[in-house]
Amino acid sequence: MAKRIDVSDLDIYYSKFLAVEGVTFSVEPRTVTAFIGPSGCGKSTVLRTLNRMHEVIPGAYVNGKVLLDGENIYDADVDPVNVRRTIGMVFQRPNPFPTMSIYENVIAGLKLERTKGVKRDKASMDAVVEKSLRGANLWEEVKDRLNRPGSGLSGGQQQRLCIARAIAVEPQVLLMDEPCSALDPISTLAIEDLIEDLKERYTIVIVTHNMQQAARVSSTTAFFNLAGIGQPGRMVEMGPTAKIFSTPTEKATEDYVSGRFG
Amino acid sequence: MSNTATENEHDPLIPHGHKQTGRVGDRVFRGFASGAGIFVLVIMGAIGAFLVWKSIPSLQADSTNFFTTTEWFPDDNPAVFGIAALLFGTVISAAIAMVLALPVGIGIALFIAFYAPRPVASTLAFITDLLAAVPSIIFGLWGLAVLMPNMQGTAQWLNDYLGWIPIFSNSLGIYSKSLFIAGVVLAIMVLPTVSAVTREVFIQVPSAHIEGALALGATRWEMVRMAVFPFARPGMISAAMLGLGRALGETIAVALILSAAFTINWHITEPGGNSFAANIALKWNEAGPIGLSALIASGLVLFLITLAVNMLARWIVSRRKDFSGAN
Repeated sequence: MAKRIDVSDLDIYYSKFLAVEGVTFSVEPRTVTAFIGPSGCGKSTVLRTLNRMHEVIPGAYVNGKVLLDGENIYDADVDPVNVRRTIGMVFQRPNPFPTMSIYENVIAGLKLERTKGVKRDKASMDAVVEKSLRGANLWEEVKDRLNRPGSGLSGGQQQRLCIARAIAVEPQVLLMDEPCSALDPISTLAIEDLIEDLKERYTIVIVTHNMQQAARVSSTTAFFNLAGIGQPGRMVEMGPTAKIFSTPTEKATEDYVSGRFG
Repeated sequence: MSNTATENEHDPLIPHGHKQTGRVGDRVFRGFASGAGIFVLVIMGAIGAFLVWKSIPSLQADSTNFFTTTEWFPDDNPAVFGIAALLFGTVISAAIAMVLALPVGIGIALFIAFYAPRPVASTLAFITDLLAAVPSIIFGLWGLAVLMPNMQGTAQWLNDYLGWIPIFSNSLGIYSKSLFIAGVVLAIMVLPTVSAVTREVFIQVPSAHIEGALALGATRWEMVRMAVFPFARPGMISAAMLGLGRALGETIAVALILSAAFTINWHITEPGGNSFAANIALKWNEAGPIGLSALIASGLVLFLITLAVNMLARWIVSRRKDFSGAN
């Protein structure tokens, strides 16, 4: 069920402001790709164009193509709502719905209009909840309090709940926007272990500020940077993670991964 | 909490965990803040005591049941008066106002907060806020001169097509000066309150929840139901209660529109009806001593109703505290 992503010549705008210019790359199915780079260079912006969340911001739009298994998600007849159903997303700060229980949070995506045609009884819902929470390594911790509010969990548990919510709808791709930046080291470790498990089933793209994390979880790494002060962000280099962190082609990448700037 | 609470047992006014410091600024501010808090309680208590005190003579003089009588002759001997018709008219006109104003007000707020392009949204927000500042006498006159003649068709249509629902049937063929018209005017008066307050809470919904819903593949309306309504629910209830408070207490617009009659008539498009506030305004100048006391007694009932409405709202808001999103 994992799909590949091919991005070509993508320019990303906020109204008239060109934020990211000329991005071209591919992501293989069932791999983890990490986006690294200094703040404000457009990593998250690029990530958010992959499931058309970018255009949620008023005035934001893109030029270029994003192919999901060969189909352009920016074609005029594609409904962004369907794109987001296929490509799940986990955000920087855990955002379980505060008014919903743990159980309701997990099945939130299944209750949406397009999935209602599929008849689901209580037993199959229960099965989805258990499978998703097990998939997110959270089942053992919450199985006895599924009806308690999701906001009562710790930060790391909340983030795993959000991952369970994202995988409950069985997406093709999972996007993660700095999923550990608000978490403590132990919770971070739990999420990283989870990413290791998830890549067997999903194509994963993760934005991270933490280079050790990129080195630990990803097989491919892309380095983003601004073309210059006041200029748009761009993808400097992309390659196997081991190569990016040892012998990158570009000087700027080497400076960044060795800690000389950024 | 528990250990700090014991430290402060001598003075419940000091918030938990905050010992009084010796600093002058802190002491002055603390005195001012607690003074303001006490002042509100004193005012509320004084109003309640005044109403009770002043209404006792008429309640003693009343020869009929104060709650079930639909007549108002407090200055007769023996005095005959009761609030049944006032209560009915007040509650029904306010209920009509809420039924009409809540969906429209929430709709306006949703449009401003989530659908309208930014320049349209700010203009519309400005206009609805302006509407809130229009004096109620203007609404009353407008309702009487413009709305009432133009609402006849609607009321007649309700009778013709929905007349099988008892409240909409009209056997008189006269459609003016009714509780229905009063309710519509009240709806327009509370609309800006409802939409302004709900708009404010909609805007405060964290974008993390909105984006979380959209990223799951929710449509805009699904996002509103999934992330916005649950989060905004306490605020929406407060908005409804503020609106209801205004509709219950509105005086002059209702007094102008209704042809004051002490009847309980479920046919809401027929003329007649009355409300607490309108009745007090209309009868005050001509009332004798027991009459004044009787009007104050009716005011006491209105006071208790609005208190009860607000307490109910508080209770609804606090019922699912765990899920409120505040934690």
